[in-house]
Amino acid sequence: MLSKSVIGVLALQGAVDPHRLHIEAAGAEFRAVKTPAQFDEVDAFILPGGESTTMLKLIERFDLWDVLAAQFAAKPVWGVCAGVILMAQTVLSPAQRSFDLLPITVERNGYGRQLESCHVEIEGYKVSFIRAPVIKDAAESVHVRAVHKGDPVWLESGQYMLTTFHPEMSLDFPSPMHRAFLARVEKFYAKKAA
Amino acid sequence: MNKETANNKNLSSAGSASIINIKTGLAEMLKGGVIMDVVTADQAKIAEDAGAVAVMALERVPSDIRKAGGVARMSPPALIEEIMAVSSIPVMAKCRIGHFAEAQILESIGVDFIDESEVLTPADEEYHIDKYGFKVPFVCGAKNLGEALRRIGEGAALMRTKGEPGTGNIVEAVRHMRRINAEIKWVCNMDEAEMMTAARDMGAPFELLKLVREEGKLPVPNFAAGGIATPADAALCMQLGAETVFVGSGIFKSDNPDQFAKAIVKATAHYDDPAVVLEASKELGGVAMRGTEISEIDEPMRMANRGW
Repeated sequence: MLSKSVIGVLALQGAVDPHRLHIEAAGAEFRAVKTPAQFDEVDAFILPGGESTTMLKLIERFDLWDVLAAQFAAKPVWGVCAGVILMAQTVLSPAQRSFDLLPITVERNGYGRQLESCHVEIEGYKVSFIRAPVIKDAAESVHVRAVHKGDPVWLESGQYMLTTFHPEMSLDFPSPMHRAFLARVEKFYAKKAA
Repeated sequence: MNKETANNKNLSSAGSASIINIKTGLAEMLKGGVIMDVVTADQAKIAEDAGAVAVMALERVPSDIRKAGGVARMSPPALIEEIMAVSSIPVMAKCRIGHFAEAQILESIGVDFIDESEVLTPADEEYHIDKYGFKVPFVCGAKNLGEALRRIGEGAALMRTKGEPGTGNIVEAVRHMRRINAEIKWVCNMDEAEMMTAARDMGAPFELLKLVREEGKLPVPNFAAGGIATPADAALCMQLGAETVFVGSGIFKSDNPDQFAKAIVKATAHYDDPAVVLEASKELGGVAMRGTEISEIDEPMRMANRGW
């Protein structure tokens, strides 16, 4: 691409702003997006951490389901924590609607409550697990990039990336995960142009 | 830039830490949302279905605490557990100011956040809880910057305005939000030499005041609470700089809790778009709780004056 990639962080609810400095340090432009007009203007999406039920209700109440499904089909998407839940094929405890972007099954709050939240090093970078979901099952087509306590926590498949943890809570900019997503976005558009 | 220091162990986006504290991390996840007071498991379900980001498990909402009088204590553990059992979102609970034994019980139950709250009758008129002694995060109320920094200095992971709980009257929350904003601006414009005197006058930890000056904001997220009763109230607080709103009596003391909850969530998500806030305001399906004029409340009954 000629110009900087524009990364839209879905800003209906959750930890949106912490992505800003990581995205900028990785050489892209940050945009908080919550309307269809704003979705059209971005090259890729980050579905941030927050409460997946809240985001789900707001997506339904603002009638954004079909618009977002079309956007996600056409652009790279990275789901962080709650974002993983929105992207999964199947959601457990409790079962809830999701965009079914890749063949994984995810269990909400799989590690337990806030008292189980912790900092962990993933590929030498300190990240946060906050009431994190656990990926119970992933199809073979999904590449597992990192594992924690035996569970896949960083996954990639086609134009999609998932982290059940939060690299955006780290203040060492940019995180390797933001860098990896940006590389994925650039590759996606290079391939499209070719 | 890995220079974590001992005295900044609980700070949020402090320039001196390498990562946002795990307690404040949860507060970050709650941003842009509505935290609702609930007194039963059924209400917790209504709140979650409406899109609340968290619920506050209580025996009575603040307006009923006012009515009941007497000593207001931590809610019964069985009630909190019942609400936790039906909620997939974080569950918060309140302990009395300074009552670290109640806080220990709440931590043992496994709540996600403790509110050391002026809504309950204070247990200690001199000391607040040493919140660093807990693994569970704490939220505390403040009326001004000095008070906010004292609580953060004790380890609070999240701040909120005190407002005047249970009144359905937003005036005190607005006063506290504006006061904190004004004091932050004042500190940012200060001459270096004025800082120590300001810290002394405000009763604020000097290092935290320096951090406010560097960052131009509180070192942890700041939410609004106390008197929020309508979608417009939520939009007002968010536009004044609150990052999420707590709604206490405002939902379940309204005519139509389900619709009020949904409408306030909607207005909070698009607080800066009057067309959406208007839409939300038309969807209430009933009238708001009856409000109370602050001057009708005798000075000793004003909850915002509890704590220091």
